[in-house]
Amino acid sequence: MSAIGDWLDHRTGYRDFLHEALYERVPGGARWRYVWGSTLAFCFFIQMITGFFLWMAYSPNAFGAWESVYYIQHEMAGGWLLRGIHHFTAQAMIVLLVLHLMQVVIDGAYRAPREFNFWIGLILMLIVLGLSLTGYLLPWDQKGYWATKVATNILGITPVIGPELQSLVIGGDDYGHQTLTRFFAIHAGLLPALLVGFLVLHIALFRRHGLTAYRVDPARDSTFWPDQVLRDAVACLAVLAVVLFLVYLPQLQGKHPGAELGPPASPADPYSAARPEWYFLFLFQFLKFFEGESEIIGAHVVPGVILFIMALMPFVGRWRLGHMFNVLFLFCILIGISILTGMALREDYDNPRYRTAKAEANRAAERIPELITARGGIPVEGAAALLEADPYIQGPKLFARDCAACHRYNGHNGLGEKVVEMQDGQEVEVAATAADLGNFGTRDWTRSVLVDYQNHFAPLKNASWNGESVGAAFLEEGQMAEWSAAHKDRLTAPANKASLDALVEFIAAQSGRGDLESINTELVAQGRKIFEAGELAEGTFDANCVDCHAIQPAGEGGLLGATGTAPILTGYGGVEWLKRFIADPATEEFYGSSTNAMPAFGQKLTAQELDILARWLARDYLPSAEKEPEVAEPAAAEAPPAEAPAAESEPEPSAG
Amino acid sequence: MNSKTPAPKRSTTTATTSSAAPRRGFLIGFFAFIIGGIAVLLPLVPGSLVFLNPILAKKKRKADPAAGSAGELEGAFKVGRLETLPSDGTPMYVKVINDRTDAWTYLPQRPIGAVFLRRNPDDSVTAFNVICPHAGCAVDFNPSSHSFICPCHNSSFDAEGKRGETSPSARDMDKLTAVVRDGDVWVKFQNFRTGTAEQIVLS
Repeated sequence: MSAIGDWLDHRTGYRDFLHEALYERVPGGARWRYVWGSTLAFCFFIQMITGFFLWMAYSPNAFGAWESVYYIQHEMAGGWLLRGIHHFTAQAMIVLLVLHLMQVVIDGAYRAPREFNFWIGLILMLIVLGLSLTGYLLPWDQKGYWATKVATNILGITPVIGPELQSLVIGGDDYGHQTLTRFFAIHAGLLPALLVGFLVLHIALFRRHGLTAYRVDPARDSTFWPDQVLRDAVACLAVLAVVLFLVYLPQLQGKHPGAELGPPASPADPYSAARPEWYFLFLFQFLKFFEGESEIIGAHVVPGVILFIMALMPFVGRWRLGHMFNVLFLFCILIGISILTGMALREDYDNPRYRTAKAEANRAAERIPELITARGGIPVEGAAALLEADPYIQGPKLFARDCAACHRYNGHNGLGEKVVEMQDGQEVEVAATAADLGNFGTRDWTRSVLVDYQNHFAPLKNASWNGESVGAAFLEEGQMAEWSAAHKDRLTAPANKASLDALVEFIAAQSGRGDLESINTELVAQGRKIFEAGELAEGTFDANCVDCHAIQPAGEGGLLGATGTAPILTGYGGVEWLKRFIADPATEEFYGSSTNAMPAFGQKLTAQELDILARWLARDYLPSAEKEPEVAEPAAAEAPPAEAPAAESEPEPSAG
Repeated sequence: MNSKTPAPKRSTTTATTSSAAPRRGFLIGFFAFIIGGIAVLLPLVPGSLVFLNPILAKKKRKADPAAGSAGELEGAFKVGRLETLPSDGTPMYVKVINDRTDAWTYLPQRPIGAVFLRRNPDDSVTAFNVICPHAGCAVDFNPSSHSFICPCHNSSFDAEGKRGETSPSARDMDKLTAVVRDGDVWVKFQNFRTGTAEQIVLS
């Protein structure tokens, strides 16, 4: 054994090298307070290892970045753990950096002859921040995409070279393939190489100058190995344990463990809840204080001045008072950062639009694995296309945008929000002026239209035009309203329960919808007779359905009943019927121009939007395991009126 | 020499102190090594899992909607019509189209491979995978010599797929099950490991 050692040592001199590495003198003995530098180096080691393996599975292009990260997260063995460790170690590194910096400044370890090493430390800090910034974009999810856009826009306001610099970093005028290839090369190539280089210098200079000892007791002098190594090892393991806990934490909250992966980036769908990583929130908040073109002061000048003062610390610290100034300065900066971070979090927490956007993103993020699994993979045009075509995700947004001014969906606007307007600085809920479509076309809906028309369409009485009510007339004098009022007792009589069920079943069968539980064909046949002849188990209709409504019953060839006096019920409640209805409810097929109050949406919505909206209302989409959104309380009520506009004014993560 | 009596006493004291210090040092070193080792090796575990994913993850295969489901058509694809194949037995190159998944990407109706189809005198069909069993290049059919030649290493096969005497290939061309139903040619498409004398299916 020792012969081999001698042979090797003769050729490499490894023993001297090992001795020098391990038996560095530690004046005053090993201490826990010396571990921070080692934990940082350890974190970097973890990032190199995990980053290298992530590299093997990651694909930097606009249609593959999110998709490959999804594949790592959900399909590859151990992928979520690998990505989780990489993600949370990056965060741990920031915390450790601050601790290391505080220790160096408090102990005055920047003093001569260690100025250079202090400066190298500052450079290393900037490199780590750069790694964090570039890494945030790589998953190409909504938050990374929109938050990083802000960062590169800030780069773009750099004097003189800003626009060119921005184009170079993002690889063109806008985000795309080239942004990812560049960010990835910077994140996985350039910055790590720089970091390794400066870290080697940092450690070499540290070795040259020795440890800045704290309260030296020469009697306790020891060496790096094994006393300090043990403390360093324990500290590193503790850091890793914390990281692993953070990776596992979402599991305890009932979510997928590991780092969060938001919905895929969608350039057409600005994400108002996009925020940078928590340790950049202070900068994000700071920029809110600079109006117009003065943004450059907050984004470049102030951080630049702070860094410059920090770089001067070794000189300032030569005097006793100077050292106190340095310590005080650092603490003021850290306290300022904490306050700004707290303000940013508080404002978001108080901002209902932020929370809605966040909830929407969570809904999309939970939806997308269902869409991918159902298809057996992601289409070539990327996962965002799956979400863009999904009624479950897009339907509520379209409803909130185009329908919720009049209609409600189970009491809310489709997205789970109450519909409100500002009155005297207070948010007041707005009354609906058209039917609640939460159960449109279901058996309950039809039953309610038949026996309780006035309540069913009660919101119509709120509808007014030029100060005159236009809806009340339908409820009081409308033919269907009168029919319903006249037949309510007859239809709800216990003896006619089966008759009513049959009629409802017949109408439900027209839609051809898949979401209605299995259709009872026997009931449908009975219902058809009632629809045509109006003979109930007990009594008859005064006016039959077919006296006003025409219908081509599902599966039959001929038209039944009258036309031109009431909506034609062929395919009633189904996707195609809904599409035609939403496109133009004033045609003769539906209400006719004299009795219709609903705008035609055929021109306003694209064909795809119309299809999505109809499918969502008819529940014709891949079912989701998630719950429908509940009605949210308007949140601004608790915030003082003076703050409310401020919280509202910055919903977009825009640089301006 | 004459100071032998006190010597053991001194050496005992030094022995107790010096043996305690190394023992303590050894223990600290031992724990530093173990704990440090764990910290360093742990991040390698998920990395190695991801690296080994191609071996660890069993391919999740769905039932193929395009493939025949029962009997001799099970797992087979419709690749063409019998009447389009030359009646003189000249093999025809035909692509096999099917849905394909590449890691996360789902590719509907893409070529997943190709076959040579040869019409026999009794109107049955012989199908060969175009992949050369030698090293995986695609084999050409040479009409003048009426034989298959691989453009990479000159593996040669006769029209029945039998390997030539000087062929580097270790086995004959890979024959695939082909069935004619109502004029449609169905092929049970499979790929095989190359370079072996035995025919081993790649799944």
